[in-house]
Amino acid sequence: MPGSGCSLNYGVESATLVSDPMLEKFRQNAEAAGAETVTARSADAALAAIARVLKQEGVGEGGRTAVWADGPLRATFHPEILAQMLPGVLLDVTRESAAAAHAGITEFDWGAAATGTLLQDASAAAQRLASALPPVHVALLRADRIAEDIGAALRRFEPARAPFLALVTGPSRTADIERVLTIGVHGPRRLVIVLYEPETGHAL
Amino acid sequence: MPSDLREQVRRALEHPHLSAALTRFSEDYRTSRARAYEGVDFEALRERIAARKADAAQRLDELAARFAAAASARGAQVTRLHTPAEVRDYILGVARRHGARLVVKSKSMATEEIHLNATLEQAGIEVKETDLGEWIVQLARQRPSHMVLPAIHLTRDDVAELFSREVGERLQAEIPRLVQVAREQLREKFLRAEIGITGANIAVAETGSLVICTNEGNARLVATLPPVHIAVVGVEKLVERLEDIEPILAALPRSATAQRITSYVSILTGPAEAAGGGAQEMHIILYDRGRMEMARDPLFRQALQCIRCASCLNVCPVYRLVGGHVFGKVYTGAIGTVLTACIDGVAEARGLEQLCIECGACRDVCPAKIDLPELILEVRRRAAGTAARPLAARAAFSIVSNRRAFHALLRAASLAQKPLADGPFLRHLPMWLTEAGKNRRLPALASVPLRDRFPRLPQPRSERRVAFFAGCLIDFVYPEIGEAVVRILNRAGIEVVFAEKQTCCGAPAHFSGLPEAAAANARDNVEAFSGAGYEAVISACPTCTAALCTDAPRALRQQGEHDLAGRAEHLAAKTVDFSTFIRRLVEEGAMRMPAGASQPPLTYHDSCHLKRTLHAEQPPRQLLRGAGYELREMQESDVCCGMGGSYSLKIPEVSSAMLARKLRMIAATEAEGVALDCPGCLMQIRGGCAAADAPVRVHHTAEWLASLLEATD
Repeated sequence: MPGSGCSLNYGVESATLVSDPMLEKFRQNAEAAGAETVTARSADAALAAIARVLKQEGVGEGGRTAVWADGPLRATFHPEILAQMLPGVLLDVTRESAAAAHAGITEFDWGAAATGTLLQDASAAAQRLASALPPVHVALLRADRIAEDIGAALRRFEPARAPFLALVTGPSRTADIERVLTIGVHGPRRLVIVLYEPETGHAL
Repeated sequence: MPSDLREQVRRALEHPHLSAALTRFSEDYRTSRARAYEGVDFEALRERIAARKADAAQRLDELAARFAAAASARGAQVTRLHTPAEVRDYILGVARRHGARLVVKSKSMATEEIHLNATLEQAGIEVKETDLGEWIVQLARQRPSHMVLPAIHLTRDDVAELFSREVGERLQAEIPRLVQVAREQLREKFLRAEIGITGANIAVAETGSLVICTNEGNARLVATLPPVHIAVVGVEKLVERLEDIEPILAALPRSATAQRITSYVSILTGPAEAAGGGAQEMHIILYDRGRMEMARDPLFRQALQCIRCASCLNVCPVYRLVGGHVFGKVYTGAIGTVLTACIDGVAEARGLEQLCIECGACRDVCPAKIDLPELILEVRRRAAGTAARPLAARAAFSIVSNRRAFHALLRAASLAQKPLADGPFLRHLPMWLTEAGKNRRLPALASVPLRDRFPRLPQPRSERRVAFFAGCLIDFVYPEIGEAVVRILNRAGIEVVFAEKQTCCGAPAHFSGLPEAAAANARDNVEAFSGAGYEAVISACPTCTAALCTDAPRALRQQGEHDLAGRAEHLAAKTVDFSTFIRRLVEEGAMRMPAGASQPPLTYHDSCHLKRTLHAEQPPRQLLRGAGYELREMQESDVCCGMGGSYSLKIPEVSSAMLARKLRMIAATEAEGVALDCPGCLMQIRGGCAAADAPVRVHHTAEWLASLLEATD
């Protein structure tokens, strides 16, 4: 949507999860790049998916925390519900809270199917802190926000309005020692992408 | 070749694991790169990149100004600096203003170029490279040996040793553990640093954006966590429009690491919110040392198209043997040789330019479509033009470029070697050939050259006539190849003419960086083949064919001899390699190859010029298969055998190592013979087989085919 910058149009009708070939392609390629993908049929289901990942990772136990940077899905839930559903999750994302967190949750604006890439206007520092510092990254993406490839997805943004555009494909990786692929060097070792169907007309 | 470089080559070849590690990498790269490009039209993609980058290179000043305006409008402080000292001073100034004690860096070749780290350290500022490979190299107090994999020359044990010293604890050489140590050690630095320094992979003029690709995620931490971000960007990274980044983003990761995209791509357009709140302070240094001169140079301008993927290193048969500490300075390998010459001066690149064997493998894979072999030749020409050293070479070529003197010398050598010849191989070699015979037995010069045998060959008179261009090796060393060619053409009812005054094709002079000598050869050959009455000029040497087809007209034109150049183009249009011509005859129905019952299994070696200059790797295979030979493809059949004309004489150590590998690949096929289309490769591989007592017969495709004609005659 040229001219609208990063104020994305969230009113678009969503495609159905299972039958969308673009979504399938995105999942395949994201997984090939080392990400995990989960689909959720509603915002509530997305929340439950996040809760499962955080539980697996022990967030909420023994002082282990996660941070969730501001985003449209987060905004649909009352902070008290979030605190109840997701123990250990902090909504105030700072250098300190993100550096101490075990997991970071951020919401992406677009996906690129051809490479399984997530794209986000990460101009707010919280987005970058939550996605880059913790060892586990939970990325949320609306299932109807998947473009064919990076080029098509990039055209949804206007750089002049988004000083920091972040493209993320799979977890952090290196092959700098004897070319042995090793996951999780400076960024997350685990990337879980939760693809959810927005409930149009609900709670927005 | 400077003797210290020669010594470095020797040491690199003796290194216990360097060549092995690099060779494994280049083998894997070949397949993984191919996989990454599956479904992508590479030629179209690189055409787009080359066009966009070439356009940008022609107007760097304009694009730099537009970039500066756009990024400044977004709040960045953009400055254009010309010398390393200016960049260092600028960065020191920013550091002093902020009282910086710790700087974190993500990978930036531009800062390597200006030796920034040493400057900062001298000013009492701690500097940490954060790319894992760069950090390893920093701890080892070395320089990167590869642009994408800086520490590829080090083992996990080396890294464990370095890290153990750094953390004061004995670490096991387990890679995941070592990576974890790097994460922990550097995380604290990221959080504490006052300044983050990055490079950029692309700079977009219209938007003032920087594009930074990493897999580790260090660049986004460097650009996010410290309150000040300085990006040091070579002006060659500029493209005009945002959409120009798409083909580069498609090619760079595929060519660099065989990925479809790097884990992280950050597009920065002016300062974003700082991690501690408020806007970050962002400085962008557009650095142009050497680049503007390159942009004005009609040939070297091409090198500004480079996107720094390092694929020219990954496919280089010389780099894989000696590594980037020998083959390169700050920038390594083929592009490194060119950039070193352009940025630091031709004198700095002297010797590097001779390491290139001109096999052309890098030209085929370059995603920016840079004609690297040609640019390296130009470096060689300029080095030859300024150095005192090639006087001996000049003297030698003054003979080669004088046909009479050259042929007289070859005849004399053929007699002089008589007491030394050992069957078809020379045990001891005359004159300048002595150092070349170590792991390869060199052939004796033929007692009767092809030109003297020709009048006695029984040929049919025919309407259809072609001329044969012999080239020195077939004329004076392997006349039997020429005879085989004649027999096959005769079988098709074609009479073959030998132009008496033909001489060296000019390739040796061309590849030695001596264009005047190459032009002299071209002049003689144009005159020699000025007669009409033949439909084509056939050569059984791809190097000669390529020299006649592409180099000769250009060499003459460059000497200002436009009439002759036009005639050379006419000759070029008629010149064709043996296998392509024969296949054409077979397709026309003008001849049929007699297929014997069961022919021995052969393996085919692709000669560099046949495959990568003439793109004629299929005709010989089709002919041989059509004649009943079973072809067993060897691994890396198109990797250079190490001959490279005089390369095998100049750097015999590298040549021998390449040959040894080729022989292993041949042996692994268990084929009984090797077929090839180049007498130079034949000399190298047959000599290698003889020295190794390998029971493999090595012949030119023409000979394998002609032997069947005899069987049925």
